[in-house]
Amino acid sequence: MRSIRWLAVVPFLALIVGPFFVNRATPLVLGLPFLLAWIVAWILITSLIMAIIYAADPANREREP
Amino acid sequence: MNGALPFIAAAALLALALGFLARRGKEMNLEQWTVGGRGFGAVFVFLLLAGEIYTTFTFLGGSGYAYGKGAPAYYILAYGTLAYVLSYFMLPPIWRYAKENRLYSQSDFFVHKYDSQALGVLVALVDIVALIPYLVLQFKGLGIIVEIAGYGAISSTLAIWIGAVIVAAYVMVSGVHGSAWTSVAKDTMIVVFVIFLGLYLPYHYYGGLGPMFEAIEHAKPGFTVLPPHGESLWWFSSTVLLTALGFYMWPHSFGSIYTARSATVIRKNAIVLPLYQLILLFVFFVGFAATLQVPGLTGPNIDLALFKLSVKTFDPWFVGVIGATGVLTALVPGSMILMTAATLIANNLYRAANPSADDRQVSQLAKLLVPVVALVAVFFTLRGGETIVALLLMGYSFVTQLFPSLVLSLARRNIATREGAAAGIIAGVATVVALSLTGTKNFHALSWLPAQVQDLNIGIVALVVNFIVLIVVSLAMRRATAPAQAAAE
Repeated sequence: MRSIRWLAVVPFLALIVGPFFVNRATPLVLGLPFLLAWIVAWILITSLIMAIIYAADPANREREP
Repeated sequence: MNGALPFIAAAALLALALGFLARRGKEMNLEQWTVGGRGFGAVFVFLLLAGEIYTTFTFLGGSGYAYGKGAPAYYILAYGTLAYVLSYFMLPPIWRYAKENRLYSQSDFFVHKYDSQALGVLVALVDIVALIPYLVLQFKGLGIIVEIAGYGAISSTLAIWIGAVIVAAYVMVSGVHGSAWTSVAKDTMIVVFVIFLGLYLPYHYYGGLGPMFEAIEHAKPGFTVLPPHGESLWWFSSTVLLTALGFYMWPHSFGSIYTARSATVIRKNAIVLPLYQLILLFVFFVGFAATLQVPGLTGPNIDLALFKLSVKTFDPWFVGVIGATGVLTALVPGSMILMTAATLIANNLYRAANPSADDRQVSQLAKLLVPVVALVAVFFTLRGGETIVALLLMGYSFVTQLFPSLVLSLARRNIATREGAAAGIIAGVATVVALSLTGTKNFHALSWLPAQVQDLNIGIVALVVNFIVLIVVSLAMRRATAPAQAAAE
């Protein structure tokens, strides 16, 4: 299950490399310029990815003191 | 007296009251005062870490950046998100180590990991030099907010003095507990009013977000995408990466990790904090709305965009409410910076010089230093001047220089030696200073580089220099000591 941690690399690719491919104003997505919409979408996905990593991480099953 | 002032005054009094109440039922020893007895649950840790995002810089600067420059402002959204991803893996080992060794400050971490008081002193000095301008920035923002939102009834100078007295008072009494309690009020107001402003203003002036961005793109083509030169894609990506690495190197953010009750609390926050960042989106909407409505602000004045538009749009009492929110965004981070700086001086400079000092003495000294640090910051704020602006720009780059030796120290076998770590930090900081003094902000002087690569953030140079020096010195030291060890055996 540790391999699931590698999902954490994806937000870096999306937010550091991704903009090179989506630096455009149109089409507007939910009213946002396309580049901004891309960044916002990836923030949402990042949160989801972190939730998956959290759920799979055995360290979080230790009982809190 | 006008309609706005009562709300601003109420915010200041609320911060003071919450700050004092936070002390109740606690013996304020050093461990309670600086790291909350290492007993904070998910909510308080969340608010302390989020406190770092919603400072006056984001409130005024975030909207101002969107107003003045457009798309480059997006970088603020991106770097925080990546910093939180890193936090999931990087912070729990730091927290565990700090708990096992009863550490109070970021400098302590280096002292223990590298077994070197001298390295701790170096880190503390770098921290303090970066923190004071950051505190000045908060005070400056506070002055601007009160002056504009109070329609000039209170001068910014008076506002800065009042703000400094309030924050110093409650930090002395309650330490990090005061920051945590006041951040509850701050974050509640931020969430409510920033989301309201970010939605209302585009609808009020343009009929919605889509029409607003269409109008902006029509009036200023290319404003909502990264420009081909200057703050271009290359600038964006390199800046996002650099600032994401530096994010948790701020000593007050680093210190808030210590307050956590468990490592799980920290990992849980890595899920929620990216979402919380999205509130910045609404700050940007305000800045974008202002760009066609209150045009003409240039230079440092772009930071006034949010309040100029608010004054134009709303009744004084509501401007007062927004001002009250702004005041809290200055006071809460200000309190954390103040406490961290005082702890560093007492615990890592004074104690290094007087090893016999016990926790009680250090704790008393730290509390006494709070008003002193506040006074120094007020002095710089009122005196203004170029030096402090330059320091401010350097601050983030300074603390980023702590990243390589910190990350390497988390590995099971640390390849960096204490000499390597110190040499790397010194070389990195010296590079930052040299680049700033020569006014080098990018690689445009290197005309043989491809045009786009010239836009890379210059901060990369300092980090690379730092890393190379760290590795070279560490290897050299190991080689020098290895034969001696072999001979001894």
